[in-house]
Amino acid sequence: MSTHKSKTATTISEPGKGHSVMKSPLSLLWLVVILVVMAVPIAAPSMKLLFTFAMAKGLGVLGVTVLLRAGQVSFGHALYFGIAAYAGAFLMAAMPGMDILIVLLAGGIGATVAGLFVGLFVVRYRGIFFGMLNLAFSMIFWSILEKFYHYTGGADGIRLERPNVFGSAMNHTDFGLVLYYMLVALMIGLGWYTMRWFNSPVGQLFQTIKTNETRLEYLGISPKRALLSGYLLSAALCGVGGVMMGMAQGVVTPEYVWWVRSAEMVFIAVLGGSGSVQGAFLGALIYEAVRTYASVYAGDVWQMILGGFLLVIILFAPGGLIGILQSLFKRSHDKTGGGK
Amino acid sequence: MNLAIFLLALFDGVAYAALVFIVALGLTLIFGVMRILNVAHGSLYAIGAYTTVTLTGWVLALGFAPILAFPLMLVSAVLVGVLIGGPLEYFLLRRIYDKSEVLQLLVTFAVFMILEDVQRLVWGTRPYFDSSALQALGNISVFGVTYTVYQLILLPLIAVTLLLGMRFFLRHTLTGKLITATTEDREAAQSIGVDADKVFLFTFIIGAVLAGLGGALASPTTSILPGMGADMIVLSFAVVATAGLGQIEGAALTALMIGLGRSFAVYLYPEFSVLVPYLIMVVVLLVRPEGLFGTPSARKI
Repeated sequence: MSTHKSKTATTISEPGKGHSVMKSPLSLLWLVVILVVMAVPIAAPSMKLLFTFAMAKGLGVLGVTVLLRAGQVSFGHALYFGIAAYAGAFLMAAMPGMDILIVLLAGGIGATVAGLFVGLFVVRYRGIFFGMLNLAFSMIFWSILEKFYHYTGGADGIRLERPNVFGSAMNHTDFGLVLYYMLVALMIGLGWYTMRWFNSPVGQLFQTIKTNETRLEYLGISPKRALLSGYLLSAALCGVGGVMMGMAQGVVTPEYVWWVRSAEMVFIAVLGGSGSVQGAFLGALIYEAVRTYASVYAGDVWQMILGGFLLVIILFAPGGLIGILQSLFKRSHDKTGGGK
Repeated sequence: MNLAIFLLALFDGVAYAALVFIVALGLTLIFGVMRILNVAHGSLYAIGAYTTVTLTGWVLALGFAPILAFPLMLVSAVLVGVLIGGPLEYFLLRRIYDKSEVLQLLVTFAVFMILEDVQRLVWGTRPYFDSSALQALGNISVFGVTYTVYQLILLPLIAVTLLLGMRFFLRHTLTGKLITATTEDREAAQSIGVDADKVFLFTFIIGAVLAGLGGALASPTTSILPGMGADMIVLSFAVVATAGLGQIEGAALTALMIGLGRSFAVYLYPEFSVLVPYLIMVVVLLVRPEGLFGTPSARKI
C-alpha cells in the first residue's frame, strides 16, 4: 500500500521533470493510491483506525512541513494540534449536538487565531530560537491545561462528545466512517492547496526565507510578514489535524500538546521527506504503523528504533523516504527511457 | 507571606537554581564552543541521577558509610561524560558539524529518544529514591526555618565553585585558552596547530559530565523517574536562552532568576509554578531577542 502511495508522490513533488512522459501513468498511480486509501475501511476494517490516526497526524505534519520549506523547524506545533482539539471539546461541552463541520471550523479557527498571536512574536526569530520559542509557548499552554483542572480536566483531559453529522446523531461505526472519508477529503484538498500555495507568489516569497532572506529584504518585502503567512497556514493545518484527531479519539488530553508530540511531528516530516506534501502523509502512515506494531512487539524499545531510524535518515538519506523513492523511480525511469 | 514562608521560598529557589545552573552550564558550554544545542543533554542528566542512585545503593548495601555517596556522585558524572558523552561526540556529532542547525537539533533529538528507552530498559519505570546523601549532612536552622545543609549550602557552593572554576579554566589555563581560540575561529586555530577535533571532544565530555553531575546532585532531593530528562532539557534551555546562548555568567544569573521565580510561585500561585520559567524566557526574549547577556550577531550579506 505504502509503495503505491509513494510512487505517486514522486510525480507530484517533481513538477516539470519529464512532464509529458511521466504525468499520465503517475497521476494514474496517484489516483490508485487514493482509491486504495478509500477502500481501506471496506477491504481491511482492522486498518481503519490506523489510517484515521495517520491522516489526522499527517495533517499536523503537513503544517510542520510547510515551515521546513522556509528552513525553520518548530518544536511546539503540537500547540495548535492541541488548541484545536480543546476548542472542539469545549464547543461540544457547551453546545451538545453541534454539527461536525462547525466543530472542524472551530478547531481550525482556534488554531489560526492562536497561530496569529504566537506567530507575531516568533517570526522575529530563526533557527534554534524559532524552534525553542515555539516549544516554550507549547509548554505554557501544556502547563495551563495540566494545572487548571477545573476547566480543562487536568491530566485526564476532557471528553470530546460525538458531534452530529448534518443534524443527525450517529453511532460509533458510522461516525468513524464519516471521519475517515472526511479525512481523506481533507488530505486531498489541503494537500492540493498546500502544493498550490508553495507555487503561489506568497509561497515563493515564504520559501525564499530558507534560500536567501537578505535578498527578500532587498526586494522591499518583509521577511517577517512572509514567514507569518506560512506560519498561519501551518497553524491552521495542525489545527485541522488536531480537531480531527480529537474527534477520532473522543477525548483530548494535555498529552496532545506535550513537546515530545511536537518533536514527533518534526520527526515525521523529516522521515517522509522534508518539505514534501506527500512525504508528510507517507511518513505519518509509516510512523503510526511502526508505533502500533512496535509497541505491541517491542513495547520497550520502539522509541529507540524510531530514534535510530531518524539518525539513519538524516545521515544517509537526507531527502527522506520521498527522496529515496524519487531516486529509485528516476533510476527505473531512466532505464526504460534509455531503452527506447 | 510571613518571614518563614519567604525564607523557605528563597531557599527552595536557590537550591533549585544551583541544580539548574550546573546542567545549563554544560549545555551553554557545548553550544558556545560547538554551536550545537544538545537535546540529549537532558538524558545525560537523568542517567547521571540513575547511575548515582544505583551506585549508592550498592555501596550502602555493602555496609559503607553514607558519606561515600558524595564521591560516588562525581564518579557517576564522570562515567556518564566519558562513557556516553565521549562516544556520542566521536561517532555521531563529528559527522554533522557542517550540517544545518535544524538537522543538528534533530540528530541530538534522535539520540535523546534512544537514550530515553535505554533508561527504561536499564532501570525500568519504577521511581527511585535515595536521600542518604541528604541525610548525611543533616539540617540547619536559619531564623527559625529548618532546611537541609545539602540543599542550602552544598548545592549553591558547588554551583558557585563550578562557575568560578569554569571562568578560571577558560581564561587562565592552556586547555581553556585552546577551547576559546577554537570557538573564536576554528580554521585559524587549526592553522597554528590546535587539534580542533580533540578540543571539541574534550568540551563535549566536560559538558556531558556537568549534565551527569547535575543529575547526580539532584538525585537525593527528588524521586528519579522516566521523563525527568525531558523536563530538565526544556528548563535548562530556557535558562540558557534567557541568558544568551553561550553566556556562562549570564546563565548563573538567569538560573537564579528562574529558580527564585519558580519557587515563589510555588508558594504564592501554585498553578503558575511550571509556567514561570517560560514566561520569564518569553518576556526577556521579547525585549532582547539575543538574551539578557547575548550580543547581537553581525549580519552577513
